[in-house]
This record gives sequence, structure tokens and C-alpha cells, in this order.
Amino acid sequence: MKVTVKYFASIREALGVSSEAIETSAVTLAALRDELIAIGGAHGQSLARGRAVRMALNQVMSDETTALLDGAEVAFFPPVTGG
Amino acid sequence: MSHSRTSSPRVSIQAHDFDLSAEVAALRAQDSRVGAVCSFVGTVREHSAGAADPISSMELEHYPGMTEKAIEAMIDEACQRFDIYRVRVIHRIGRLQPLDQIVLVAVTSAHRGESFAACEFLMDYLKTQAPFWKKEQTAQGVRWVDARSSDDAALARWGVLGSNI
Repeated sequence: MKVTVKYFASIREALGVSSEAIETSAVTLAALRDELIAIGGAHGQSLARGRAVRMALNQVMSDETTALLDGAEVAFFPPVTGG
Repeated sequence: MSHSRTSSPRVSIQAHDFDLSAEVAALRAQDSRVGAVCSFVGTVREHSAGAADPISSMELEHYPGMTEKAIEAMIDEACQRFDIYRVRVIHRIGRLQPLDQIVLVAVTSAHRGESFAACEFLMDYLKTQAPFWKKEQTAQGVRWVDARSSDDAALARWGVLGSNI
């Protein structure tokens, strides 16, 4: 399926990209994260297991077990620091 | 609870500053049920937690679209948990300086207990679940602010399960 992946804050800076179109066979956010880690390089480092990475599916905060949807907007970002 | 979303938004994400007394006046205007207004303003400190260097400026990034949705959902939850009338949240984005206002949460109710609690609940929720990120500029360079476990603990007190760190 095709999804749009957005990145924010330090993750966006490390990757040098704020948004990318991804073709994926992942069925969950966890599997998508693992696919992106497997790209290696900056993706591998920024999204690595053991790093605190939060995620959203269609602009709703979600956890890793959430099922991916075709055409969805996914976002990966560091723990939030607003307020 | 009555409010008009089209004429008075509950949530504003904006670069420009806000006027606390004007916002409070608007929030309780003509509402004779209101006996209590509770408000919180967060401001930019010169020194970040434990840091030696003063910050010269701060950049506030957010996730357009999700930010508004997330805060609206928090307000809906506050309205279910607490007997309150209206809520106003303003959060600034972009470049801010020490002493600048960052965030406003204001709540009206009949009696003070509910609006005090709702105001604190919303701030604890916003600190850990609203998609904003702060980047501080000091003489040493630029650094992204780290999230704090104490904020997760604050949210947990309300029985909301959702860790940030």
C-alpha cells in the first residue's frame, strides 16, 4: 500500500526530509518503522529500536500495534515538548 | 455545554501573542452561569531545566492539522470529566524570546473546583500529547528540548495512560 510519511523536529533534521511517499507491505506502524530502519543510514539511526519515537496515523497519536491503512498519513517524531 | 465553534474557536495555534484579560472576558461574556474562571499562562524562561547557558530564543515547531485535532479532543475529554462551561486554548508557534507567553488554557465553570481541576488536567495532557517541539538557541548553539518523565507522571495522576517518553 501507499502511505505518506511525515517527520518532525530532530528526526526531520536528521533525515533531511519532512515528508516522503512510501510503498510498503507493512500491516502495522511497527512493521513500517522496521522497514524504514532497514533502509539504513539516517533512517536506520533516527528510527532505531531503543530510541524514543512517537507516531501518529492520520493525525491521531497511535502506538506501534496500530494497523496501517492504504493512503494513510503516518508521522514519526520525538517525544513532544509543547506547553 | 454551549459554545459556538464557528464564531469563537476553542483552539488557536498562532505565531502572534495573546491578551489574557481579553480572552477571559470573551470566554465568560454574557454567561451568568459562570462563577469561576481559571486560567494558566506558560511563558518562556531564560534558563532551561538544569542548563547553565541562558537561551536567547526558542523555536516552536508543530504538526499542522494534528495539533488542533489533538487539543480539541483533549478539551472534549475535559468537558466529560469536569462540570465546566467553556474552554479556550491558545498555543504559540514560531520564534519566541524569554518572557514571551507560550500557552493559554482558560476554563469557566459555576464553582472553582471544577475549573481549577480542568485547567490543570488540560495542561498536563497538552505537555505530553500535543505535537509541539521546542528548540532552544544559546551561545553554545542549538538544542532540542528533551521531554520530561515528570510530565508523564503528571498525566498519569489523572488516570490517563499515554506515555510520552
